[in-house]
Amino acid sequence: MLSTHMQDVLRQLQDRFGEQRALVAPDELRAYECDGFTIEKGLPLAVVVPETTAEVQWVVQFFNTHGIPFVARGAGTCLSGGPTPNRDAVVIETARMKAVLDVDYDDMIAVVQPGLVNLHLTREVCGEHLHYAPDPSSQSVCTIGGNIAENSGGPHCFKYGMTTDHVLAVEVVLPDGRLAKFGHPSAARGPHELDLVGLFTGSEGTFGIATEITVRLSPDPECVYTMLASFQTMEAACGAVSSIVSAGIVPAALEILDQATIRAVEASVFRAGYPQDAAAVLLVELDGAELAVEEDAAEIRETFRTHDAIRVQEASDPEERTRLWKGRKGAFGAMGRLSTDLYVLDGVVPRTRLVETLQKVTEIGERHRVTLTNVFHAGDGNLHPNISFDGRDEDERARVLQAGHEILELCVAMGGSITGEHGVGSEKLSHVPLMFDDADLDTMERVRRVFNPRDLCNPGKAIPERSGCAEVSKWPAMVEHVLRQEEA
Amino acid sequence: MTDLPKAIDSYTKSLDCVHCGLCIEACPTYDVLGLETDSPRGRIYLMRALAEERIEDPYSIRPALDRCLGCRACETVCPSGVQYGQLIETVRSEMADRWPEKGLASRLRRFLLTHVVARQGRLRLAFRFAWLAERIGLRWLARKTGLLPATMDRLVPHVPAGRFRRSLAGLHKPKGEVRGRVQLFTGCVMEQVFGDINQKTLTLLLDNGFEVEVPKQQRCCGALHLHNGQASVTHGLARENIEAFSGDVPVIHNSAGCGAALAEYGEVLGDEDAERFSARCRDITAFLDDVGMSATPAPFPHRVAYDAPCHLCHAQKVRRAPSDLLRQVPDLELVQHPDSENCCGSAGIYNILQPELAGEIGRKKARHLIETGAEVVATGNPGCMMQIRAHLAECGSNSRVVHPIELLLADRDKS
Repeated sequence: MLSTHMQDVLRQLQDRFGEQRALVAPDELRAYECDGFTIEKGLPLAVVVPETTAEVQWVVQFFNTHGIPFVARGAGTCLSGGPTPNRDAVVIETARMKAVLDVDYDDMIAVVQPGLVNLHLTREVCGEHLHYAPDPSSQSVCTIGGNIAENSGGPHCFKYGMTTDHVLAVEVVLPDGRLAKFGHPSAARGPHELDLVGLFTGSEGTFGIATEITVRLSPDPECVYTMLASFQTMEAACGAVSSIVSAGIVPAALEILDQATIRAVEASVFRAGYPQDAAAVLLVELDGAELAVEEDAAEIRETFRTHDAIRVQEASDPEERTRLWKGRKGAFGAMGRLSTDLYVLDGVVPRTRLVETLQKVTEIGERHRVTLTNVFHAGDGNLHPNISFDGRDEDERARVLQAGHEILELCVAMGGSITGEHGVGSEKLSHVPLMFDDADLDTMERVRRVFNPRDLCNPGKAIPERSGCAEVSKWPAMVEHVLRQEEA
Repeated sequence: MTDLPKAIDSYTKSLDCVHCGLCIEACPTYDVLGLETDSPRGRIYLMRALAEERIEDPYSIRPALDRCLGCRACETVCPSGVQYGQLIETVRSEMADRWPEKGLASRLRRFLLTHVVARQGRLRLAFRFAWLAERIGLRWLARKTGLLPATMDRLVPHVPAGRFRRSLAGLHKPKGEVRGRVQLFTGCVMEQVFGDINQKTLTLLLDNGFEVEVPKQQRCCGALHLHNGQASVTHGLARENIEAFSGDVPVIHNSAGCGAALAEYGEVLGDEDAERFSARCRDITAFLDDVGMSATPAPFPHRVAYDAPCHLCHAQKVRRAPSDLLRQVPDLELVQHPDSENCCGSAGIYNILQPELAGEIGRKKARHLIETGAEVVATGNPGCMMQIRAHLAECGSNSRVVHPIELLLADRDKS
């Protein structure tokens, strides 16, 4: 039961936003208790749906005054628990702030609201042969605001860089409700200023809420060519990737799907005609000037041959290319055909150690008796082992978590990282110390306190809470003291 | 969880969802409201929680479930193949039994659906009274006094004259060579409000060389009852229809909503007879596209937009046939309509139950249609025709709304 004070707070919220933009009934709030990472859940205190920057400010100030934590949410497709509420936080849903505010076709810049769907931006500007390059697999639903929070990647980020490489400026409602502007559309990250846009991007929603985002648009390449090769072994597929990259070719994307994934995809609406007898398929996309693409394609064809590809499909027309990609983009959801729940892991290893890592990942899966499939950005060495399981089975769930933990440890041991693009969220908090020591974490913690001194903005994410760090706990009071002096 | 929830039919279906969220943007209510509770993923999550007995007050999640249009656009994009339409209808039926909707309006709705819509004789009588009432100016009076709001007035069609409401029951033979035989499903409200379209469908089939049998004993398809959580009424109607349409010739229908319901008798009843019947049911456009038109349609020198009814494209997966047929009409220019497969907000009687949301979705559809520059909109579902007509008019457009088959006739003035 809520305290009278809380009830009063919620009543004020509903008075301000009405019942359809402020949900408070616990049963309805269930729908917000997790994102794409369903293992950990947290029921929010309320959900509020602002439509303007001013409303976001009002909400943040309101909850800041009451000392109630809050977390911004876009489409809820995050895979690490980023927007899952902790400590009864209030969810600030940005889905209604989805306008494209301005497009400068000459300078190739767009200003958008945070709730705009990634793919909708490309749809808006495609008439002028432009696109927004970062393409997470959920791009047809995920929002730009969420992409910024997580510094999302995607298949084409191998060549074009992650979200952070495409954000020029952000307008942010700081955790105390003030409005700040970082970066500048004409000179991103100029030498004269601190790179606050860089800091903000990937801060997993803990530094504030972006309400206006200026992004770089990219010109469509002159020519795009997609090749799909099937191999009898995973080793051969990974070998082909290494050969392609070491030959100096930079494809727009290099993706591998293993057999179990292929079969699930082929049984779904995203059926792409992937050969089901192959142990692995490698999806290569080339783009650029026509001559260069042709030259690279010829070399890649040769690579496929030397690595004993059993079948090669090629597509240059948009429709056929979309079909080849469709399977890859829908791979995650198609896993629903294997079991009731899915845990998508996100580890990175050096590309040269892919084969070795995958073998060990398979061993870990077998040891813990879990159903494990692999689909990954091979060019970046960014693995996505998918574990299908029945979340209602306590024992299976424990084995899944243990397997996941060991896989991430393995990635670090191989000289890699615990996350390539999904973020730490709440999912990988306990793995963070595998990569960073106390001094590293202290620094991160201090930076966060500068933006978010009271830890009300998406608490309990990205940086693990550590005990015995006296200096860190002193920080909020100090920062507030300094800020108050400045204001006075 | 050690204590497994009760085995409810729908529960297993809800487990197919792995929460990827690729469906949410396809959902018309999520598009307007921006709420997870009003998205397919959110609704599935709530239905699963209900089955797992994690919902304390089922009445509090009811509005979110009731706001679902049942358009099934989410099924088209779902990589896991979640059978959302069947899932929500089963849950609605369970909820209607265990947590019945309160209030006079819902009781009245259930009464009308069970005792009037499901009984063709009474429905015909009701429409005769409605026609009389309109003739003596009662509708005009209701509008003037505000009893019938203007938005509703635009939506509710006028009752056509008696000759357009007559049953077509019997065997009809084509003039020339016979290519084959079919049975025609004429629907309940369809017969009374869109009788002319039934007549045109009949003419079109005859013109194309088909013998048409219209079984006299046929009944309402039961779709509205199923949407309203009255599964048992639907089951009864389904059995009667299966009996009325005995034989093995194709059963042709011209209303996407009814067609989707007929196609699911097999799934709903779960027996072989029903499955065989469902497999025989074909939308008129899908059927004609398959067999090919032998009678060339009359020229139609206009810009036409094809708007796909959800229950045709998402539920029956009939996507290309209507446009392919329209392209065969001489002089007809089929315009690009990217919004074609998005719901118009009609959704059975949704536009009467949820007028605000349906209005918002309808206006959006009208705006997109106006942008296409079409003079005529073709869509193969009576509910969609009424909804689109009303919202085009509201947005100041005078584009006509027709059923695609109206444009396929060899002699449009004849029937």
